[in-house]
Amino acid sequence: MSLITIEKKVLEANNSIADENRSKFKEKGIFSINLISSPGSGKTSLVEQTIIHLKDKMKIAVITGDIQTNLDAERIDKFGVPVVQIITNGGCHLDASLVRNAYKEIENEDIELLIIENVGNLVCPSEYDLGENHKICVMSVTEGDDKPLKYPLIFHHSEAFVINKIDLIPYLKCSLDEMRNNAVKVNPKLKVFSTSCYSCEGMDEWTKWLFHQCRM
Amino acid sequence: MHEVSIASEIIEIVRQNLPDGFDNKVKSVKLDLGEFTNIVPEALKFGFEVLTEGTELDGAQLIMNILPLKIECQICENVSLTEPGYFFCVKCGTDKVNIISGKEMKVVEIEIYD
Repeated sequence: MSLITIEKKVLEANNSIADENRSKFKEKGIFSINLISSPGSGKTSLVEQTIIHLKDKMKIAVITGDIQTNLDAERIDKFGVPVVQIITNGGCHLDASLVRNAYKEIENEDIELLIIENVGNLVCPSEYDLGENHKICVMSVTEGDDKPLKYPLIFHHSEAFVINKIDLIPYLKCSLDEMRNNAVKVNPKLKVFSTSCYSCEGMDEWTKWLFHQCRM
Repeated sequence: MHEVSIASEIIEIVRQNLPDGFDNKVKSVKLDLGEFTNIVPEALKFGFEVLTEGTELDGAQLIMNILPLKIECQICENVSLTEPGYFFCVKCGTDKVNIISGKEMKVVEIEIYD
C-alpha cells in the first residue's frame, strides 16, 4: 500500500472559475452581487424593486437560478433589462461554471451591475464562490428572528443582510431588532437593511448603498 | 443536499492524483472538514458511497478529520474554541477576532493498494 499526499481544497476547481469570472467582471467594469435566501423570502421581488429604483442611474443585468421554470426570467424581462435564466434541474445551488456559461449570453451587453439571484436555499449556496463582489443574504420576517443563529455560515460570508417583507411585522411575533442583533452576532461587519417590496419602505436606503458600492 | 456535489469534487481530485496506469483500488481518502461548513458528514459519506460504486474508489473509506471552530484575538492573541454567533475574545471581550480553524474542506491524502 502507498500513501499519496494531496492537500487540495475540495472546491478549488470551482474557486478558480470564480476567480476567472471575477477578473472578467472587473475588466468589463461590472459590479456583481449574489443574492442568497430561503425559497419565498422575496428575492425576485427585491430584484424587481432594485431595477425600478436604479435603472435610470445604471445599466443592470440579471442572472437568475431556479430548479425549474423560466418564471423568474419572464418577470424580470418585463423591466427591459438583459436576463438569463439558469435551470439547475434539481441542483440546489449555482456554481461558478453555471454563472460563467450564463454570462456568455449577455457578455456583449453594457452592464454596470450584475445581479445573480441564487437558487432559493440558505445552506448550499453559501459554500460556492461565483466570482461576485458581495454575497447578500435576504430573509423575510415570516422566517423568524432566530434564523441567523440557525444558519450562521451564510451570514458570516455576506456583506449585507436584507430583512424583507417588513410590512408584515404587525401580524407577527418576529422582532426586527432581535433578527438584526442575531445576524450581527454572527458577523459584526454585516450591513443590515429592512425592506418591503410591497410598500417600498427601506428601498431607497438599500438601493443607495448598492449604487455606492458599484461606484466605489 | 450539496454533499453529493462535494463528494463528486472529492472523487475528481482523488482521480487526478492517482498514479499513471493505476489499475487497483483506493483504500481510503482522508479529509479535513471544518465544523463551520455546511457539510453533514453522514450525507457526504452517503454521496461518496453512491458515486464510487463500481469504480476504483468502490469501498474506499472516507476518513473525516473534523476540525473545531477556533478563533484568535487580534488584540491579545488569545486562542479559543467557539460556536457560530460567538465571535468575540473570551479573554478581552473584543469582536476583532480571526477564524483560524473550522472552515477547512480539503483532501489531505489517499491510501492506495499497489
